[in-house]
Amino acid sequence: MIYDIIIIGGGVTGCSIARTLSKYDLKICVLEKEAEIASGTTKANSGVIHAGFASPREYVKRHMCIKGNKLYTQAVKELNFPFKRIGSFVVALEDEQIKKLEEERKKGIEDGIPDLELILDKDTILYMEPNLTEDVVGVLHAPSAGIVSPYELTFALAENASLNGVKFFRNQEVIKIKHQDYIFTVRTYKGEFQGKNLINAAGLYASQISKMLGLDYFSILPRKGEYILFDRNALQLNKVLFPMATKVSKGILVCPTLHGNTFIGPNAQNITDREDLSTTTAGLKEILEGGKKLIPNLPLRSPIRNFAGLRAVPDDYDFIIDNTDVYGFINVAGILSPGLTATFAIAEKVVDYLELLGLELKAREDYNPIRPKPDRFKDFTKEELDIKIHEDPAWGRIVCRCETIPEREIIDAIHAPVGAKTVDGIKFRCRPGMGRCQGGFCRPRVIEILARELGLPYEEITKRGEDTNILIGKTKDIALRDIPGGATRE
Amino acid sequence: MSELEIPEGSKEIRCIVCPTGCLVHVENVNGELIIEGHSCKRGEVYAREEFIAPRRILTTTIRVEDGFLPLIPVRSDKPLPKERLQEALKEIAITKIKAPIKMGDILIEKVIGLDANIIASRDLVEA
Amino acid sequence: MNSYEVDVVVIGGGSAGLAAAIVVKKAKLNVLILERDKELGGITLQCIHNGFGLHEFEEELTGPEYVQRFINQVKELEIPFKLDTMVIEFTAEKIVYAVNNKEGLIEIKAKAIILAMGCRERTRGAINMPGFRPAGIYTAGQAQRFVNIEGYLPGRSYVILGSGDIGMIMARRLTWEGCKVKAVVEILPYVSGLIRNQVQCLEDYGIPLITSYTVTKIHGRDRVKGVTISKVDRNFDRVIGSEKFIECDTLLLSVGLIPENELTREAGAKISEMGGPIVDNNLETTLNGVFACGNVLQVHDLVDLVTAEAKRAGLNAVEYIKSRYGKEEEEVGSIKCTSGENVGYVKPDLIPKSELEKDIIFTFRVKKPDRRIQIQFKDENNKILYKKKRRYVIPSEMLELKLNLSDLQIDTTSKKIIIEVIPRLEVLIEED
Repeated sequence: MIYDIIIIGGGVTGCSIARTLSKYDLKICVLEKEAEIASGTTKANSGVIHAGFASPREYVKRHMCIKGNKLYTQAVKELNFPFKRIGSFVVALEDEQIKKLEEERKKGIEDGIPDLELILDKDTILYMEPNLTEDVVGVLHAPSAGIVSPYELTFALAENASLNGVKFFRNQEVIKIKHQDYIFTVRTYKGEFQGKNLINAAGLYASQISKMLGLDYFSILPRKGEYILFDRNALQLNKVLFPMATKVSKGILVCPTLHGNTFIGPNAQNITDREDLSTTTAGLKEILEGGKKLIPNLPLRSPIRNFAGLRAVPDDYDFIIDNTDVYGFINVAGILSPGLTATFAIAEKVVDYLELLGLELKAREDYNPIRPKPDRFKDFTKEELDIKIHEDPAWGRIVCRCETIPEREIIDAIHAPVGAKTVDGIKFRCRPGMGRCQGGFCRPRVIEILARELGLPYEEITKRGEDTNILIGKTKDIALRDIPGGATRE
Repeated sequence: MSELEIPEGSKEIRCIVCPTGCLVHVENVNGELIIEGHSCKRGEVYAREEFIAPRRILTTTIRVEDGFLPLIPVRSDKPLPKERLQEALKEIAITKIKAPIKMGDILIEKVIGLDANIIASRDLVEA
Repeated sequence: MNSYEVDVVVIGGGSAGLAAAIVVKKAKLNVLILERDKELGGITLQCIHNGFGLHEFEEELTGPEYVQRFINQVKELEIPFKLDTMVIEFTAEKIVYAVNNKEGLIEIKAKAIILAMGCRERTRGAINMPGFRPAGIYTAGQAQRFVNIEGYLPGRSYVILGSGDIGMIMARRLTWEGCKVKAVVEILPYVSGLIRNQVQCLEDYGIPLITSYTVTKIHGRDRVKGVTISKVDRNFDRVIGSEKFIECDTLLLSVGLIPENELTREAGAKISEMGGPIVDNNLETTLNGVFACGNVLQVHDLVDLVTAEAKRAGLNAVEYIKSRYGKEEEEVGSIKCTSGENVGYVKPDLIPKSELEKDIIFTFRVKKPDRRIQIQFKDENNKILYKKKRRYVIPSEMLELKLNLSDLQIDTTSKKIIIEVIPRLEVLIEED
């Protein structure tokens, strides 16, 4: 089978491109290196939809951010992923900083960012965000900013793309690419794929992929950002809170999540190892101090998790979206912040490039843009729940106490298109393991359900793919190993 | 029960009878036991037993066939000599018991030939 | 929606819930136990080691044997219970909502509720431990559940962080199943659990106990490959240069237990700083007719004391229904019970003035171990109401005292009493 388009990378960028292209009558596949999609930068970032004033005007990413921000409204209606436009504050703690905020406001309005405003009245600011430090002297308020669950967005994109014919292949780390007679042959550890057009959305590994075709004109360096997540009851924030930005990054935010948690982070540390997702004592200390500047009463007694994400940083800090010298090969690399915000704009640009390459874009007849909202226990009223459980008992067996997740949500997550096959896959799709007890109660049940639904023994269930097995054997296995025969008695 | 031989040498034994945890020195001096460092009679008795013939209750699990659970918790109904626990564990490891089981059922009689049985610590119904 | 009306709902079918329900049934009221797991017994079921029952039955039993006796009584007394049933909410008006896959949503109107939900374990995230997040990190209780109930081993070679009893018990358990436990690492300068476990779980097997150390890094991206441990100073700050690497494929965390009061909080009851609900001497929370007992109220060391506390809660719930339910609650002033020197927390949190004539059971824990001390109860004017000598106190042993404050001549206009644990005066003089 020769695909019209092969997309390397199953993160938000690759899945967004796949979904946008799925409205056309094309044969498309996505190759993802890990056991689950949304395993890289997509699952460990701030989840902020930016208004777009932070990047300098000469950057492509500024305009794509402003455009992409607007496209979220329609996308949410079609794909039903968690998203809320709660607005953001950039917080000035010194009077000299106000001038800079005013400049950004002016430029932002000119470039089409809606309702950007400077608020200098402290009472108003603290009314809008009561937890903010009293040292605030002014804020730049962007009502169009919002928060999204980046991985739930990605699952929604992939499910809809899959429904519209896109094929997803996992555990497919690309090792070699050949281009001959206008056909790309992509070899992975597990197979071989052929396609007429190739899109490189490989995140941290985008420059390696590009080099496989002899295109060595950019480099991607990983920049680590650490986060601390606080318990749900700990704090109620109304806005995404930014400090004044530095040259390097937007700074250490304090931000609410769609599930009621609060997080702080990220810091910014250049590293060389693309797989180094460790958090560090120094890094955690840094983000705690940064967070306290904005929110003096951070709920220090209630952290539930810390984690790190890696940004894919290109040399010149701007998106690399290129129709390259290799005909049919498009680079979509260096999609660092505001890449999540820009995602729909990025996808549209890729479509434009494919059109330029002569690809025929005929509409798919049975294209269905709607991915229905997944049913969640927490969204139903008591009466609705009662009916649902009677229709389907799997709604009545609660597996995750902290987040109230029934067995049905887990089974659905496994059997969804591009569904979960690992414990982390379940965790990111429907949340068991994300609560206060971090899987203490639900882990055995999640493993049991995965094993049953996938037809695997418990020992083969992994945390996130190969070599991350959770259990190494049955209780007596090691003891029996030393006994020849291991005979049964009675 | 026959007279147990008193081992040679000496040992520092931490008493576990109460949380004070006295460190008791026990020494074999020409066949007689010298015990010092304890603060009470119970501690002296414990230290003597621990020096001459340390014993432990074994608590583990046995594999179950056709049961509500794949394992049943069990224990030895008498303390076993400490140095023979590994042997006992091996015999337990190769054993499989069929459900249903009632708490107190003897699942292994005279484990490794000792005067002690392995009994069920709970009821376990069939699957 | 199935609706029930019962006298008492017991949330949780573990050691606490079972004992409370039995007492209520024996008092001829009707009671219903709601349990989320697939059988009764709670956490005690997976504690297959012995050491239980010395107070309650004057026998030494394993956990399952201990709780089986209560399960048998529940069945003999024909106390109704629901399994695989999760309580999702209860209200201050004592309406309980639960779900299971047979009945759907269940609504139960109760005259009194007894909370017995137990506790959960502190996790790695809760202690801000940095490093990679590979497979192979468990809490000790999680590992215990897998090994003893589910029938699976988490790994082959272990480092255990935390020398509390659960951690030490698991060290022995895993050794008995053929695994290798490389070390038990403890951040305090002394063992956190019982000496008996230090001897019979660690020393018996040559497992080193490394005190004043903690895990500062986890190695291995996909699966744990080892941990780095570092010494800590008196402020628990890392001592640079003291790092040691221990190879292992599993890290077990035994770093504390937290009472599970999500439901309690959502119902509007006040929760104290140590995580359990605020209660009076009758174990009644700040919601009328809602009582708490067992680990959900305060983390216990001995299940026997859980049983005793649960029986009291049951009796008090019965008394509440007989004499107070349906009547207007009177406003009564109360005396706060607060922690003084070297005391971590005290239960009860308050005593209504109308209860001062009764014998009151105080439970508390010290913050630091100490020897030859004096426990003192005093009022806010430093008048000493009661004192008692003890040879030793350790944080891992909950202390219990039964006192009658009225007999001790407490001033009824007092607003609070303070419980403290201080070195004995004679000791101080000796050291001069």
